Amino acid sequence: MKPKVAFFDFAGCEGDQLQVANLEEDLLALLGQVEVVSFREVMKEHSDNYDIAFVEGSCTRLQDEDRLKTIRKNAKIVVAIGSCATIGGINSLRNYKDLDTVKKTVYGENAKLFDSYAARAIDAVIPVDAYVHGCPIDKEDFLQVVKALLVGKKPETTTYPVCVECKKNENVCAFERGQFCVGTVTRAGCNSCCVNEGTICWGCRGLVDNPNENSHKEVLIKYGLTVDDAISKFRLYFGWQEAKR
Amino acid sequence: MKESNIDVEVHHITRVEGHGNINVNIKNGVIEQCEWSIPEAPRFFEAMVVGRSWNELHHITSRICGICSIGHTLASLKATESAMGIPISEQDLKLRKLALHAENLQSHILHLGFLVLPDLMGVGSVIPLASTNLPEVKTVLQLHRTANEMSTLLCGRTTHPQRLIPGGFSKIPSMKELILIRKKLQDSIPSIQAVAELYKSLAGRLPDFKRETEFISLTDPNEYALYDGKLDSSDTGTAPVKEYLAYTNEYIIPQSTAKWAKHTRESYMVGALARLNNNYKNLSPMAQKTAEAFNLQPMCYNPFMNSIAQLVEVVHSVEDSIRLINELEAAGLKPQPDYNKPEIKVKAGNGVGAVEVPRGILFHDYTYNEKGICTKANCIIPTNQNHGNIQLDMKSILPQIIDKPQKEIELTLEMLVRAYDPCISCSTHVVKVNLT
Repeated sequence: MKPKVAFFDFAGCEGDQLQVANLEEDLLALLGQVEVVSFREVMKEHSDNYDIAFVEGSCTRLQDEDRLKTIRKNAKIVVAIGSCATIGGINSLRNYKDLDTVKKTVYGENAKLFDSYAARAIDAVIPVDAYVHGCPIDKEDFLQVVKALLVGKKPETTTYPVCVECKKNENVCAFERGQFCVGTVTRAGCNSCCVNEGTICWGCRGLVDNPNENSHKEVLIKYGLTVDDAISKFRLYFGWQEAKR
Repeated sequence: MKESNIDVEVHHITRVEGHGNINVNIKNGVIEQCEWSIPEAPRFFEAMVVGRSWNELHHITSRICGICSIGHTLASLKATESAMGIPISEQDLKLRKLALHAENLQSHILHLGFLVLPDLMGVGSVIPLASTNLPEVKTVLQLHRTANEMSTLLCGRTTHPQRLIPGGFSKIPSMKELILIRKKLQDSIPSIQAVAELYKSLAGRLPDFKRETEFISLTDPNEYALYDGKLDSSDTGTAPVKEYLAYTNEYIIPQSTAKWAKHTRESYMVGALARLNNNYKNLSPMAQKTAEAFNLQPMCYNPFMNSIAQLVEVVHSVEDSIRLINELEAAGLKPQPDYNKPEIKVKAGNGVGAVEVPRGILFHDYTYNEKGICTKANCIIPTNQNHGNIQLDMKSILPQIIDKPQKEIELTLEMLVRAYDPCISCSTHVVKVNLT
């Protein structure tokens, strides 16, 4: 029997589920291997009977915790997809601000009507079995994780920083170009895609396990950058991870 | 047979981006409740960007929406560039227009092929169609792939672009790559015609419904306005983009969950149908022919025709993209340095960027201090501008279908919401209001 899979979304942009739709012809092949029983973005049917749950988006409200717990109860395997789900992502930018001020900035006098708390990764609420990192996720990365799960293996996660891939791609270092890059401490696996496109690593895959902080400080000193510069850049995606540390 | 008591509760309507609910309650044949509401989690982007630097805002606000991340990036860049008086070269302008076409193509094809088609074919999703109508599904996938390849070429990837930066591009495609994508666009025309034929054979299933409303879009005397233009209302005419707040007038209604918008009437509509109604004469020749084949002419007041207007825009985007690439070829593509980073004089100021994205007109409005740090931001998203119109359409159509079986009422209301292609995850303002 084909394993039953379901997709769910919380606070996020749904760009990761879009990457699944973007599999195009590969999606047809995938549909030969699994039975999709719930995917609100593309199908009307819904079932609570599933083996693998893919969850996109951060948890930002108490009321979302119940939904997550139900998903955990129903699924054998829970996979967090995309930065908002895996590390809290860009949503955690607001965690550095006073929540009441944040609400008032957007909703003025009606702020009190809105219910929200600090944005957090899914594993802050329920145990997560596998992660597909990135903002957005990489289609190939997603397929690799799915393939591993289908044969009962634990998907592999890279444990080195983006710098390694970037060097291999022979990019000119962003620091050398006078820009601030967080590839030194960000988990690789993206093939340094943003630097390849002429920009910097923004950190969307989150802090690598055991980031080499001393080496990062050396880089800051070498290029005359301040800790404040670093903190500001780290806040873009690492907010929830940093708070946890 | 008339059912006198009907409860329609579609919670988390499917095949739309984000979460929306339809609540209808009919007792003894009398409508007691007819409501479109939004339970999506609020995301507070306008507060999140305060304190961030001018060269990060487009990266952050792209994350408002995965489906229209190119549009958000462009609106963001335009706001920043307008605030600081940053110029854009003619070549970069054309490349940005191509990027926007790529997104419109991708999004419209996704909506037409994956989200609307199942309703017209009487199934719950595109998945069963992969067994019953494989050639058609493959055609849709092929078109979707071409649009995505075009996005990747212009933006560095399909979702959350990298190459689009303040003042231009960090990297541009080669002329060879552009010529290759032009060939693919040319080759896609028969496939688009096949999709149009399929829609033509199913168009009779679109409800024949009309409600007069106001249409708001960008407009430009010389082209079908997408990347730039003046504000245009079908009721009041044109105005500079800077005056957008006088058009959008956001407000909060107690029983719902979002900031809604209104201008001269109780509600207005944005999106493909609004653009087509306001700018029909600037559609490409083939796009006009497609519209004629569906009898879609201004002013069309049937919101279900928004999907057909999207189909017309698919044709327009393909034709106009070919034209833009021809122009780039004729002018000769000027190379730029690797890791290009335009020199920018940071200064204090306020700027508004308006772009037509797949679901309608999008506004980003930023204020920067002298260090280029954002002190205030406002984003007005197309779907929020459409909520009021969706609600009024629901109220207007319900009495016309009240005698139908419950299933049909439910499907018609869902189809109505889907026709707007709502992108609720996009709606930064969207909130949950609990009132008893």
